[in-house]
Amino acid sequence: MNPRLAKALINGLLIGATMVALFPLLWMLSVSFMPPGGASALPPPLLPKHATMSNYRELFVHAGMSRYLLNSLLVSSAITVLSLAFNLMAGYAFAKLRFAGRERLFQALIGALVIPAQVAMLPLFLLLKYIGLVNSYAGVIVPGMATVFGIFLVRQYARGIPDELLEAARIDGAGEWRIFMQIVMPLLKPIMVTLAIFSFLAAWNDFMWPLIVLTGQEHYTLPIGLASLAREHAQDSELMMAGAVVTVLPVLLLFLAMQRYYLEGLLLGSVKG
Amino acid sequence: MNPQRAAWLFLAPALLVLGVFFLLPVIAALVLSLTDYDLYALANIHNLRFVALQNYWALLQRPLFWSALGHTVYFVAVGVPLSMGASLGAALLLNSPLAKCKPFFRTALFAPVVTTVVATAVIWRYLFNTKYGWMNYALNALGIHPVDWLGDPHWAMPTIILFAVWKNFGYNMIIFLAGLQAIPLDLYEAARIDGASSWRQFRHITWPMLGPTLLMVGILTVSGYFQLFAEPYVMTEGGPLQSTTSVLYLMYDEGFKWWNLGSASAVAFLLFIIMFAVTVLMLKLSRRGEHPDGAPA
Amino acid sequence: MNPAAAVHMRRRPVRGMLMACLLTCLTLLGGCTSSSSDDNALTFWTVGREGEAILKLLPAFERAHPDIHVKVQQLPLSAAHQKLLTAFAGGSTPDLSQLGNTWLPEMVALNALEPLQPRVDHSAVIKQGDYFASIWATNVIDGALYGVPWYVDTRLLFYRTDLLKQAGFDAPPRNWAEWRRMLATLSNPQRHTWGILLPTNEYEQLMSLALQQDEPLLRDGGRYGNFESAGFKRALEFYVDTFKLHQAPAITNVEAGNPWSEFGHGVYAFYLSGPWNIGEFRSRLPAAQQDDWSTAPLPGPTTAGIGSAGGSSLVIFRSSRHKEAAWTLIEYLSQPDVQQRFYDLLGDMPPRRSSWAGGALRDDPKARAFREQLENARPTPAVPEWERIATEMQLVAAQAIAGQLTIDQAAVEIDHRVDRILEKRRWVLDHPQAASGSAR
Repeated sequence: MNPRLAKALINGLLIGATMVALFPLLWMLSVSFMPPGGASALPPPLLPKHATMSNYRELFVHAGMSRYLLNSLLVSSAITVLSLAFNLMAGYAFAKLRFAGRERLFQALIGALVIPAQVAMLPLFLLLKYIGLVNSYAGVIVPGMATVFGIFLVRQYARGIPDELLEAARIDGAGEWRIFMQIVMPLLKPIMVTLAIFSFLAAWNDFMWPLIVLTGQEHYTLPIGLASLAREHAQDSELMMAGAVVTVLPVLLLFLAMQRYYLEGLLLGSVKG
Repeated sequence: MNPQRAAWLFLAPALLVLGVFFLLPVIAALVLSLTDYDLYALANIHNLRFVALQNYWALLQRPLFWSALGHTVYFVAVGVPLSMGASLGAALLLNSPLAKCKPFFRTALFAPVVTTVVATAVIWRYLFNTKYGWMNYALNALGIHPVDWLGDPHWAMPTIILFAVWKNFGYNMIIFLAGLQAIPLDLYEAARIDGASSWRQFRHITWPMLGPTLLMVGILTVSGYFQLFAEPYVMTEGGPLQSTTSVLYLMYDEGFKWWNLGSASAVAFLLFIIMFAVTVLMLKLSRRGEHPDGAPA
Repeated sequence: MNPAAAVHMRRRPVRGMLMACLLTCLTLLGGCTSSSSDDNALTFWTVGREGEAILKLLPAFERAHPDIHVKVQQLPLSAAHQKLLTAFAGGSTPDLSQLGNTWLPEMVALNALEPLQPRVDHSAVIKQGDYFASIWATNVIDGALYGVPWYVDTRLLFYRTDLLKQAGFDAPPRNWAEWRRMLATLSNPQRHTWGILLPTNEYEQLMSLALQQDEPLLRDGGRYGNFESAGFKRALEFYVDTFKLHQAPAITNVEAGNPWSEFGHGVYAFYLSGPWNIGEFRSRLPAAQQDDWSTAPLPGPTTAGIGSAGGSSLVIFRSSRHKEAAWTLIEYLSQPDVQQRFYDLLGDMPPRRSSWAGGALRDDPKARAFREQLENARPTPAVPEWERIATEMQLVAAQAIAGQLTIDQAAVEIDHRVDRILEKRRWVLDHPQAASGSAR
């Protein structure tokens, strides 16, 4: 094939695919600034005639969106911090500390990955009901405090730490905890960032479990709040779009800012597995 | 010193969380699926009966379970190849030495992956609106009759599949891209000297070299797609005419709408068994494919 | 390694663990404290559209009762059932809630609701005799009262007066024979006009016809289905025939799209639905068409005016710590003038005769048929499984519409499914000692 033609074809296809990928997101942003009913016209308008913030005002003043936003931030941050701490410790232990049954235990954990999380959800609800955590932030946070995927990711990365470094520290009389805090943690920084983004995004976007365990509006996270609004206000497309923007924008920005780490982690978690 | 002890202390928090909030519930789910835990048992635990495999048996006789399974299999069987095809296509384009602005395209194509399903499902609901949606407007411009995308039982699932492909293809694209980049360039060089066409290069170098990646991505995508729930929950509420009720949707309704936890747990386990069987089957088939006798032409 | 280091090491991870635990506890505490914040507010759950209207009624209430602050949570209709049950399971039920009267038996079976008869006995506002009897009866389970009717719902006919007149009918149908004649005259499938819209995925229409029959829908105290009775089969046959004779299109409400404008365009001459559609038709049809439609009591096999007794009640949860305040709010919402304002806001019809005696309702010709039918409404069977039963009934009926089952086969199939749904209920009723732990 003519190389110039091929070049045009390939880049043309890429532009086309990018338009398909981005159009819904850009359209969401545009419609969110349209006055109520503004998007219900033919032909469907691309840009608002008169941009207005009224949808956002309505969301934050009347629909309780600020509460959902804060809840989402709180829950996602808590899950990120806690799961980071627990996964780091466990992943490091699997990679670098020797103990009886290490490989078998690790394999059992990986094996557990084939069990879909939903299998556990029904009894988990009863368990949390028994502990008294239904309809609380803790009810959403606690089950997410450690993940097999996170442990796996840390282990993969931590295996690259040279044993000599740890041995030398031990010979110098450092305790295991100090070795972890002062030598291992700095080395694990890249994977910490990656894992933090992963956990945050997953927690932010999580839907089914918060939907089940949160019964009161005051605890709703953004996806639950948005789904509930979408059922009540199905016809207010502009308002819904503004809600979608509020839900999507934080994670999208986080991804854009940190995409190098995110994509690296994605590859570490899958290809090398 | 006692390194064992240190190791266990490092492991303890994570293992405790996974044990109490995952392993224990999974075992409990198995037990629950053998009981008739329902509204009456919720009111009073003495109303709980051990029913052995009756929940499973009843499910296998319920048309709704089979139709939910049918919809889920439909979603997986059509959605996974489409999704992986789109991922591979995008990855091949991005990997081409002729492509420009690669980082931009890569980021843009990946963007839908990090978005929230609920939010983007809301967007798609309006894009596919029968009257004011862009989709029908575009079709109309091409002279095609408008389609009631989410209202017609025949079209609701295809619409959800399109949505899932759009939302997810970027993830596998990145993995494929890494796989493509790992293929040694001199293989292509040699093929080009032999005068092999682009298609033959793809068929005999790219495809076999990507094999293991394809298999792994395939298995992960299949098990992910079996867990269809949020899309129909937001876009169609399982309708119209229950045409988008997936197995997990059935579990959710059965469990938390009607509080038949016993039967819902049985649904969850049946889904697990099916997913497990499909994974094993895929591994088996791929191994047979590698066998020299069955070498692809 | 030297012993000192070992000791050192042994202590440090412990400290780390402690830190982690502390962190966890902090989060847990955070969750707990915030879930019990705003402790003195009265939480009130509404289902569907009522939440918006209630916000407009509350300021006057809070002015009259400055010590009571009401927090309203609006549950979407499609998620309400799940939310109520999970809230009960999780011990986070509100103080009071709106509750559809078909959901009441479930909540009573869970022993979640506060009996209200003693409060009614001492109430100066709520007088049982003023309420439509069958609506009141839906709130009485095993002889005890658990809810106060808030608004009522019965399904009847909306019809196009002009279309009927053109076809030579001066009055709406009074019985099935008349109705069938009109449907036949008004249907013209070639021109895409139909006598009536009966969405095949809604059970209310068939249920209304079934409730007109003398035979109850369940037998033996709600232990078995009674769908093979002559009465139900008669109703099912009438229902299915309407589709077979092409007097109604076999489509779901999703496919039907916008029923109001279609009704306005004359696609359907009849529409079997509930009170909220008075408001919908008034706002959605052009002013010039407002004289072309009216309402009529639902025709029965021989006489008109018997239908389902639906609607929503106000209930107080047993676990509430603000029962007095909740009752004060229920009394406020039960006052005839408040109910009249509620009707103005939303079109929800009041359950008390005195509320109908004034305000916009008194002289509204389009509400008259409802008023008439409410006196003869019949409640649905008060078993917790009712909604599932009705759903299954409709699924089988849809198969009969599609021609996959005959009337007799469909009746057998419904009974078969219903008996299976009721198996647990039979067992619980027949093993009272097993249930003795409950306070029922």
